[in-house]
Amino acid sequence: MIANFGYGALIITFLVSLYGVGAAYYGMRQNKPAWVDSARNGMLLTFPLLSLSALSIVVLLVTDHYEVEYVASVTSRSMPMYLKITALWGGQAGSLVFWSWLMSAFASAVTLRKWDRDREFLPWVIVVSLTTLAFFLALNIFVENPFTRLWQFPSGQVVEKMFQPAGSSLFYPRDGQGLNPLLRHPGMIIHPPMLYLGFVSFVIPYAFAVAALVTGRTDDRWIRLTRRWTLWAWMFLSLGLVLGGRWAYDVLGWGGYWGWDPVEIAAFMPWLTGTAFLHSVMIQEKRGMLKQWNMVLVILTYSLVIFGTFLTRSGVLSSVHAFAQSAVGPLFFGFIGLTFVTSLSLLLHRWNDLKAKAEMTSMLSREALFLLNNLLFIGILVVCFWGVIFPLISELFTGQKVTVGPPFYERANGPLMAGLLLLMAIAPLSAWGHSTIKTLGRAVWKPAVVAIVAVLAVIAAGIVNPYALIGIFLTALVIAVTLYEYWRGALARGKRHGESFFVALWELVKRNRRRYGGYIIHLSMAMLAIGIIGIEIFQSETQGTLSQGESLTLGEYTMSYQSLAVFDAPDGRNVARAVVSVNKNGKPVGELYPRRDFFYDSQQPMTIPGVRSTIEDDFYVLLVDWEEISTNSATFKVYHNPLVKWMWMGSWVFIFGTLIAAWPEADTDPVPARNRKRASVPAKA
Amino acid sequence: MMRYSRLTMVNLLSIMRLVFLMAVFFALLVPGAALAQDTDPDAPTDDEVNAIAREMYCPVCENVPLDVCGTQACAQWRALIREKLNEGWSEAEIKAYFVDQYGARVLAEPPRQGLNWLVYVVPPIAFLAGAYILYRGLQSWRQIEPVAVADEPPQQGEDILPDDYVARLEEELRRSQQ
Amino acid sequence: MTEVEDKTVAEETQTSGGPKWGRMAVWGGLLILLTLLALGLRRTQQGPVGPGQKAPAFVLTTFDGQEIDSADLAGKVIVLNFWASWCKPCEQEAADLETAWQYYQARGDVLFLGVDYVDTEPEAMAYLNKFNISYPNGADLGTRISQAFRIRGVPETYIIDQDGVLSHTQIGPFTSLSQITAVIDPLLGQ
Repeated sequence: MIANFGYGALIITFLVSLYGVGAAYYGMRQNKPAWVDSARNGMLLTFPLLSLSALSIVVLLVTDHYEVEYVASVTSRSMPMYLKITALWGGQAGSLVFWSWLMSAFASAVTLRKWDRDREFLPWVIVVSLTTLAFFLALNIFVENPFTRLWQFPSGQVVEKMFQPAGSSLFYPRDGQGLNPLLRHPGMIIHPPMLYLGFVSFVIPYAFAVAALVTGRTDDRWIRLTRRWTLWAWMFLSLGLVLGGRWAYDVLGWGGYWGWDPVEIAAFMPWLTGTAFLHSVMIQEKRGMLKQWNMVLVILTYSLVIFGTFLTRSGVLSSVHAFAQSAVGPLFFGFIGLTFVTSLSLLLHRWNDLKAKAEMTSMLSREALFLLNNLLFIGILVVCFWGVIFPLISELFTGQKVTVGPPFYERANGPLMAGLLLLMAIAPLSAWGHSTIKTLGRAVWKPAVVAIVAVLAVIAAGIVNPYALIGIFLTALVIAVTLYEYWRGALARGKRHGESFFVALWELVKRNRRRYGGYIIHLSMAMLAIGIIGIEIFQSETQGTLSQGESLTLGEYTMSYQSLAVFDAPDGRNVARAVVSVNKNGKPVGELYPRRDFFYDSQQPMTIPGVRSTIEDDFYVLLVDWEEISTNSATFKVYHNPLVKWMWMGSWVFIFGTLIAAWPEADTDPVPARNRKRASVPAKA
Repeated sequence: MMRYSRLTMVNLLSIMRLVFLMAVFFALLVPGAALAQDTDPDAPTDDEVNAIAREMYCPVCENVPLDVCGTQACAQWRALIREKLNEGWSEAEIKAYFVDQYGARVLAEPPRQGLNWLVYVVPPIAFLAGAYILYRGLQSWRQIEPVAVADEPPQQGEDILPDDYVARLEEELRRSQQ
Repeated sequence: MTEVEDKTVAEETQTSGGPKWGRMAVWGGLLILLTLLALGLRRTQQGPVGPGQKAPAFVLTTFDGQEIDSADLAGKVIVLNFWASWCKPCEQEAADLETAWQYYQARGDVLFLGVDYVDTEPEAMAYLNKFNISYPNGADLGTRISQAFRIRGVPETYIIDQDGVLSHTQIGPFTSLSQITAVIDPLLGQ
């Protein structure tokens, strides 16, 4: 029986994980490498084992095994195949298995690397990874079992149990309840997996950090081992966030992509510390400074991952939705406590060993600017963290709930983000160790002229909003500086080696992929900023009730209501689909089909916008309401979202840049080795 | 963005409870309800109503602004805003009325009073404290190496860079500019 | 964690070994955070107030402007019903509740109270008229009563005995008149 098989695989993986933790620890204590190797093999085994378990769920899902409670709660017969598969992460129990499966993939992958030079890290990496994995598996096995079946007693009573209670027989519901409509979107194929990948993959850098702390080998070795893992983890997390924004924009029907919802912020917080880490780690590599701080950032990032998962899964944050009361909460709380306390103890224990001689020769040096960058990221983190946690405090102390919503976050984070843009523009021009106003000024004036020209052009176009102008100036500066860096780098190299410009550019990037990949990421962030400025500052909206043939005007756009059809779709939806024709400056530019889906099985409505998206702006139409039967009139809400497409284009650039920066290199370049020597000297002094 | 994660918890409910609660929280907006406005030219427009509603949150659909929430409860709230506007109330008066009726949680931000001041005060203080600490750190690090490298010619400054590549690149750049 | 971050930065800038106050502050910050989470978690895990617990005190201002204070109601059985006009399941039980009220009203020791959750007054009045509801009803001002009872949705009904102790909670609508009387009668010694 598939359910039993999948459950068995879960339990075996759980036992293997526990064994691995014990064997690794024992082998390390007794200095018996064979035990550590055995633990390593165990860790390698978790991935295939969990694959079997996850596959069992998928098989149950696609073959309509509604006697399995999880299957009944997230699928229904009318759902298309791809949604039945994605229902694996459509509910708590399944998504926990999916989560563990991804984590085991990373754990297995990390066993496959060459460990010759870092044997002493191995047992601790195993202990940390497998303890975490065992915890998540325990949640599945003891609390949120996806293989629980429905059993019916002769009296008619139906219970959920893994194994057959005496006197009962399997209960087969005719159909399932279907997936939450919000999740019935192609974006859901990719968004949760990316986000989960980003989350779980941070366990690897964390495991290395703990290994370094426990073994006392706190030189730069662990940093170099983990930085690429961190980059990958960060890329997945970033993509998860962007895809989530895209999904919200396409599905939630409120004209936006980001609502500063606590659950969104929970995913955003580790991204902030992860990004801060990716920058400050360079200071450690180049200058041997900030060892303590980097350790703090890695631990903080992982803690925020666990914390965010706890917030989303325990229902602490929003008690109206907390009807999904789950026993996961207390267990998770215990795990968070364990993680936080252990990490902090280790960190404080090794605090003095992590001390490095710091030298800072110039307030404008790149390391000083990177520190400022870290300050801003942590500032945003504090704002987010406080905004999320405050309603909890308020409710506990005053008994009254409060909402901390977008105005708070936007006001507090806006200036910090502008500061980050400014740093993104200046820091690439500053040198390590040494920079002065003069050297910096010499480098920045050309891009600054370009940026000022861009602002003047925008003013000439009639835009005078000061915030927008500041934002445009900074964004233009970032783009100009980044391109200028490529240009002058390639030019200089070309001159030196007698290469043509493009050959020189290619060689330049090839020889320092992390730096130039990073610059591409900066460009993508500038594109993201363009989109954000467009939608945050220049979004306009209107709403109106139209009779057939009437039209509604917003800016240059005019939409007219043509017709509306209400019909039942084969997958259990009642669809009300309007046809509106859109004119821009009097010229027809096509038709849009905003609609309202009503899902019978979950009794839930969904508002799907009709969007015309161009590089310049999006015209976004929502069907709010309509006159029943006659459909003579309908109410539409329309948004004009300038430049928002730049966000989605920016994310492609972002992927490209991260791939350049993170792609494994064939040769191990000698530069870091020298760095290490230099960096470790002050540490020992 | 991850809004769904909370909503997926819906899936955990037993069948009975799901049907019941879903009906409660996602009661479908009855089509036609909002169409029954009078055509009085002085009547508040949808846009005027939405301008107020977009900064409010109704407890029935948490974290979704009132202007786009599709539940019946929210539709009623918007109708109420329209009615108050029609009676000549100002935005501030309407918001105050809603706070009286439903509590401070309807506002997008906590009102600035009592304990709520903490929301606004803590982040700037924390940020300033962080900035001060960073400043002190930079100061003390400079004192460790008090040699005024900044006054030396750039070449020497560049030479101490551990990163050969950057140094080389920088040097190349300097030459190219000469 | 706000504190934690700042303090760790602070420690880093110390030139001598990790200062004691720094460690204390970090541990203190962590402790506060975990306590907050624990309290928040307990709150969500609790669910609505349950039978056997003392009913929270409340003041209900009815639509007629009358103030009903739970402190003045000792000695009576109180049927506290949370509802809203936008709530479809509430309509299932509305008529039964009114019939039950008619049945008990004459005795004088049973009081039905309706608390209108997150609702607008005109629609609420229309709802009350539609079902001819005659027992006192009022808006849940500031959602204070619903928060005190930690309701999770509407309809929910709380039966409070003569000593102010909850004897029964009904999550979701009553499905029949007999279901209502079955939870009230035992309290009246019948």
